[in-house]
Amino acid sequence: MGGSTKFFTALRGRESGREYPINEVRYVCEFDFGPLEVKYDYDAIKAALSREVIQSRAPNMWRYKELLPIEGPVTVGKDVGFTPLIKAKRLAERLGVTGELWIKNDTVNYPTLSFKDRVVSVALSRSIELGYKTVACASTGNLANSVAANAAAAGLECYVFIPHDLEPGKVLGSQVFGAHVVPIDGPYDKVNRLSSEIADKYKWAFANVNLRPYYSEGSKTMGFEIAEQLGWKLPDNVVVPMASGSLLGKVEKAFKELKLLGLVDDHHTKTYGAQAEGCGPIVEAVKKGTDLIRPVETPNTIVKSLAIGNPADGFYASRGIQDSGGFAENPTDPETVEGIQMLAECEGVFAETAGGVTVAAAKRMFESGKLDRSECTVLCITGNGLKTKECLEGQYTSHTAIQPNLKAFDVLYDEVLGTSKGNVGEPALT
Amino acid sequence: MAITVLIPTPLRNLTGENDTVDGSGATIAELFANLEQAHPGIGERLCDEAGEIRRFVNVYLNQEDIRFIDGKDTAVNDGDEVSIVPAIAGG
Repeated sequence: MGGSTKFFTALRGRESGREYPINEVRYVCEFDFGPLEVKYDYDAIKAALSREVIQSRAPNMWRYKELLPIEGPVTVGKDVGFTPLIKAKRLAERLGVTGELWIKNDTVNYPTLSFKDRVVSVALSRSIELGYKTVACASTGNLANSVAANAAAAGLECYVFIPHDLEPGKVLGSQVFGAHVVPIDGPYDKVNRLSSEIADKYKWAFANVNLRPYYSEGSKTMGFEIAEQLGWKLPDNVVVPMASGSLLGKVEKAFKELKLLGLVDDHHTKTYGAQAEGCGPIVEAVKKGTDLIRPVETPNTIVKSLAIGNPADGFYASRGIQDSGGFAENPTDPETVEGIQMLAECEGVFAETAGGVTVAAAKRMFESGKLDRSECTVLCITGNGLKTKECLEGQYTSHTAIQPNLKAFDVLYDEVLGTSKGNVGEPALT
Repeated sequence: MAITVLIPTPLRNLTGENDTVDGSGATIAELFANLEQAHPGIGERLCDEAGEIRRFVNVYLNQEDIRFIDGKDTAVNDGDEVSIVPAIAGG
């Protein structure tokens, strides 16, 4: 698919409205230090896009290309996205949902099994357009995996900066692609700060720092796909996990753009956020009904992927949730593990801790009535469970090996399996 | 002994390239108003038209974020150190 620059025209200060040219690398408004956002020419996009045009394209995130900020053809991540949207009948029953419950399943996103491939595809494609040869990121795990993989496929040099205590699977999941993995002795917020300094000095393309205005737009595709897969309809509610708060805001923006372009009928969606109790600064603000995000100095949760104590888009996420009439919850770690198990047992989807916390937050909100059980709700499940296996340690015990004969199995079946007496391998919940 | 104000790189062109300036005032709001007198143009970088400190400007009084003290009405005294730090985006 070829393209031209006519669909996005400037980078604009979110607070100041000041505009900057798209061919200069900039991520912060010089005037008030507010974030920059891509400015689109929606009239031109409206003329170019229709449901039929989109539906005629290949099943990946770039079917919405005109709404994504790259100038030429896609160079990184052509096959990302268009993950399954699953109607979760069994989970709905478990949670007492009488309306509809859907799972947007990015646990199987290509190539690195998390929604991050969406934002990285945009960031790296744009980095190449801007002339970069080295790309980098600060990450709680999934972003590093994605940047490392996509950089390898694109032949770019790659540095990823992570907190030193990430899950081993996530560390290996960056190393294997040949990226330079730099562990930092500190929480994510310190990694992030250092990355800004490195980006400044070394002139590398940090996907989520100096390329952030482009990077963040990739998240919209999760929202576009949800709407398209629901039959060009918007749900009543969407539940989104929050680290920096960027994904939630961009899902909202996606729905807004679809309405603006006449691709879906006008319908109000309430947005709900999920964080962990051990690092829930945005949720705390929503619960207090304020906009003031109190940073968490030392995040303490198994949900390491969401452990950002000072979320860059926290204010916008909190405002977006509250303005939409939604809410937010911050389940405990045990509830999060239970959330992973419920999703796996009911729908056959194995999510990482961020997915567990999303299910657990939804459960709390269905129970409290903040989420209406009779409505249509979508849960955004953002990463694969194999990456955070450690959180399930001790949850299951295996049967002792039996002799390879029928009688041995008969005994096991009669005494343990068939009677559902044993809790070995049985669902953890009744 | 005045109030020490640490100036971030993007604002140093307004303070004659100085990374530290002396200030005075009983509150942060007064301090900033006085800074504007001494270094014209810096005021609007720190506060919006309504006089509120801009969302992405972090201000620390002796290492503490003033949002969690009294905001722009936070009291300051001689010998205090006020640090102006643009927010870091990312994550």
